[in-house]
Amino acid sequence: MRYHPLTTTDRAAMLGKIGARDIDALFRDVPKSAVVPLSAFDLPDTKGEIEVERIMSRMASRNASAGSVPFFCGAGAYRHHVPSAVDHLIQRSEFLTSYTPYQPEIAQGTLQYLFEFQTQVALLTGMEVANASLYDGSTATAEAVLMAQRLTRRPKAILSGGLHPHYAETVETVAALSGKVVRAPVTPGSAEDIAAMIDGETACVVVQSPDVFGLIRDIETVAAAAHAKGALLIAVVTEAMSFGLLESPGAQGADIVAAEGQSIGNGLNFGGPYVGLFATREKFIRQMPGRLTGETVDADGRRGFVLTLSTREQHIRRDKATSNICTNSGLCCLAFTIHLSLLGEEGLTRMARFNHARASALAERLGAVRGVSLVTESFFNEFTVRLSKPAASVVDALAERGIIGGVPASRLMPHEKSARDLLIVAATETNTDEDCEAFAKALAEVLA
Amino acid sequence: MTMNKQGRPTAPGTVEDNELPTISGDRGLDHEEGLIFELGRAGMTGVDVPEVQMSETRLGGRRRKGPIGLPGLSEPEVVRHYVRLSRMNYAIDSGLYPLGSCTMKHNPRLNEKMARLPGFGDIHPLQPQQTVQGAFALISELMRWLTTLTGMPAVAMSPKAGAHGELCGLLAIRAAIEARGEKRPRILVPESAHGTNPATAAFAGFTVDEVPATKSGHVDADALEAKLGPDVCAIMLTNPNTCGLFEPRIIEMADAVHRAGAYFYCDGANFNAIAGRVRPGDLGIDAMHINLHKTFSTPHGGGGPGAGPVVLSERLAPYAPLPLLMHDGNEFRMIEHADEASGGAKPFGRMCAFHGQMGMFTRALAYMLSHGRDGVRQASEDAVLSANYVLASLKDVMSAPFGEGPCMHEALFDDSFLEGTGVTTLDFAKAMIDEGYHPMTMYFPLVVHGAMLIEPTESESKESLDRFIHVLRTMALEAKDKRTARFEGAPRLSPRRRLDETAAARNPILRWRPKDDARQAAE
Amino acid sequence: MSEVRYTKEHEWVRVEGSEATIGITKYAAEQLGDVVFVELPENGRKVGAGGEAAVVESVKAASEVYAPVSGEVTASNAALSDDPAKVNADPEGDGWFFKVKLSDAGEVAKLMTREQYDEFVKGL
Repeated sequence: MRYHPLTTTDRAAMLGKIGARDIDALFRDVPKSAVVPLSAFDLPDTKGEIEVERIMSRMASRNASAGSVPFFCGAGAYRHHVPSAVDHLIQRSEFLTSYTPYQPEIAQGTLQYLFEFQTQVALLTGMEVANASLYDGSTATAEAVLMAQRLTRRPKAILSGGLHPHYAETVETVAALSGKVVRAPVTPGSAEDIAAMIDGETACVVVQSPDVFGLIRDIETVAAAAHAKGALLIAVVTEAMSFGLLESPGAQGADIVAAEGQSIGNGLNFGGPYVGLFATREKFIRQMPGRLTGETVDADGRRGFVLTLSTREQHIRRDKATSNICTNSGLCCLAFTIHLSLLGEEGLTRMARFNHARASALAERLGAVRGVSLVTESFFNEFTVRLSKPAASVVDALAERGIIGGVPASRLMPHEKSARDLLIVAATETNTDEDCEAFAKALAEVLA
Repeated sequence: MTMNKQGRPTAPGTVEDNELPTISGDRGLDHEEGLIFELGRAGMTGVDVPEVQMSETRLGGRRRKGPIGLPGLSEPEVVRHYVRLSRMNYAIDSGLYPLGSCTMKHNPRLNEKMARLPGFGDIHPLQPQQTVQGAFALISELMRWLTTLTGMPAVAMSPKAGAHGELCGLLAIRAAIEARGEKRPRILVPESAHGTNPATAAFAGFTVDEVPATKSGHVDADALEAKLGPDVCAIMLTNPNTCGLFEPRIIEMADAVHRAGAYFYCDGANFNAIAGRVRPGDLGIDAMHINLHKTFSTPHGGGGPGAGPVVLSERLAPYAPLPLLMHDGNEFRMIEHADEASGGAKPFGRMCAFHGQMGMFTRALAYMLSHGRDGVRQASEDAVLSANYVLASLKDVMSAPFGEGPCMHEALFDDSFLEGTGVTTLDFAKAMIDEGYHPMTMYFPLVVHGAMLIEPTESESKESLDRFIHVLRTMALEAKDKRTARFEGAPRLSPRRRLDETAAARNPILRWRPKDDARQAAE
Repeated sequence: MSEVRYTKEHEWVRVEGSEATIGITKYAAEQLGDVVFVELPENGRKVGAGGEAAVVESVKAASEVYAPVSGEVTASNAALSDDPAKVNADPEGDGWFFKVKLSDAGEVAKLMTREQYDEFVKGL
């Protein structure tokens, strides 16, 4: 086996030093009834690289990859072009094969990029501080709700109907254990009257913008209504590229921002791993979940970075920790940080404008197809159209024509009758004019 | 004698003053590197994007008004910056990384290549299911490996890390208890447990009750049994445990737990010691997460991303969270909503958006296919053999609290060999850095004073282990001999010396701020 | 003449009339290491003897501080928020945590005297 350096001779010598008869002697504490032979495992034996590549490539070839077809899916995961330098750099051994930076003297590389990441996230979201990331946007949203419950000592979370349903379900899984979760009605293309739902036991209101249908929401008004009743406003963003063009949640009065950072630096990867962005106000840092990197100096007075405020975390606080999370999304943060460093202010702004222009053009083109009407008047790079046929069957028919034409809203909310004919469509810098034209043409055929 | 060239010194000589400061502040290959925010300039970018005409009519009046504050850099500047940062990190690729309970083993590069095949890396979680049948096949194959290796009937794939898997397991247990119409608020956790166990139990709304350890480093099975009762929901136990020992009475404990109507959650962090030799299902376990980044070597990446699938017993399988992967005889289908599930499934909810850490699944399956069942077993055996070799080679000069018997994949030492030397566990570990090694896990498990937990893994050659042992032996002997110079203020040769963590925590600086802002904040 | 008593959880309590001042002992401060953060109870909060009243944190440890006696919180040491190092510098003086108005003066007598506490610490 190519990954195992010990030889038979080595093993015998090592057993000799240990004073063990054979390897079984080292497993002597395992109850006899639990000892099984290799044949108990109905699995194949070792294989060389060539065979493994052959097997896995065959599996991969059965999937329609986004780059091989005109492709318009979004709804929480977006296809952007990731510069080659990003993947090259994150595969450097020193980043890829290091552990959590618990020994800061020999982990300054990781600690410094996490500090840069925290700063970037704070700047993008318009918040004072950010942590070193959580698993993804959905779990970051759930953590934000729990944090709001701790801060306000109130039980109830109100979720906007425009919050991605997977996010809402993730919040329900954990926040309903000790509190209450209320979901506002789904109102595609418009904002629900969420302010009217806020009461004295409301810990937080969770609003996503752009929402799951792509609609840009007014967070400012909802934040003011929440604050008037002593509740917090949690802003959720699933398309991080939108930070380049839209007003930040912080500027609109958000208390906590939970976002999905996948769009910057990270591929689609069939849903994971992604990177959860989490930012808040400085006064709330002791109730924040997840790792934090802070600046300090070393024994020689040189600037350096360490993990800090660890007493919030599970390895010290155990059952009184703010969260049970141990990891962050290390390598995905790094990809985010490198991509954003490459883009810079200028590149991000241009990229965001380009995305918006591309989506606007596609919305116009699709809107001109008979049987299609635009539902979301304002949007960033994703919008929703109402079709004259159920969207799920339209998407299947488009797939037969070699086009992945967006996400039918019914896939996310099968019980929402009003969503049956809605199609959620995203366009990014990766879509060409030809893609858009092919999409419009095929859609016209399918709806005819 | 004729010299046709003038001679010059070829030996380094005895330059006393190695500390002469350089003009640049850099030292040979070691470059000091500022923050990215201190390097850039306005207007520059490392990505060429066409400028487009854009109407603002569709932005709902929410266009950003001011600048974000990001620096601008070209591609070569960005590449150099991150390459320089990378060089300040220790990594398993560059040296032995004996962090107990973390499992720093070799990360095969084939796995990286496989994860980047467009058919896996460039597919969307919500594209039509008929266009991702190969991805479902991969997940299904990985599920087969995980259930077969553990001897458990079912597995939930979506948890994103070990701690997330623990939560998933406890929520499944909670759902099963509630389905019986019972309420059981208490969870038993050994005092030697990873901190995540009590944190997860509290997170899931349970109260935590600690079970003591015996003098031999095992869970006190009698104390456990005495604590069981109708209010106990589950026990969370790590096996092999955090002292690096297999729990010999585990089946007995599982029986007692089941008799009391409770469930047995196993923290699978140490599955890499027994994979291919012991099936957790045969031990009476009801749920166990598997850290794919430990046992199946998906890279740690400086702290993530991980993946924590949870295997479940027959009794818990119906409560597995959404989504559920099914095969209807023709093709795979991902069930994303509870009422589409069949066969008595009662999912407790959803752990996260989409279907889990696909990028980690690809890497883990590549690892499994490469190893095969025989290679998986060999990996476990070599990991255990190497840890015992380290234990046997060091226990006469260091102190092994449970050193009389064999250990599993980790060798545990305490600090009694340092007593009276003035050298602490921390000093000892930090001095390893100057020797070119990453320190072992320190001060964990908590049940041992000044703990040092060494996990060499199966990835080290005997020569590498011998060298490591030689260095540690020499250090231990020097410390006992009161020759403490190399421990005082160590490390001295790393990119940074010991950092002031007190200052960092008393006055947290968690982000860079422009100089003007920083001045304002100070005022 | 004020009287100082001690608990097994390493709090001290100094009683002056009906008011008690509470902090952590020198031994506790040394065990914790450099204190970096202190969370104090708000005025008016009712605390019960043995109940959690404050939190003290160092870089690597966090501990609950229990109220040695029952009563209502009348003051807390705001200076610790800006300068938690006071807890290490003068744990049984400037590094006090909070004061309570005693609801049961009889509780004090049940606590350890200095001699008893020193003996207790020696046994640890």
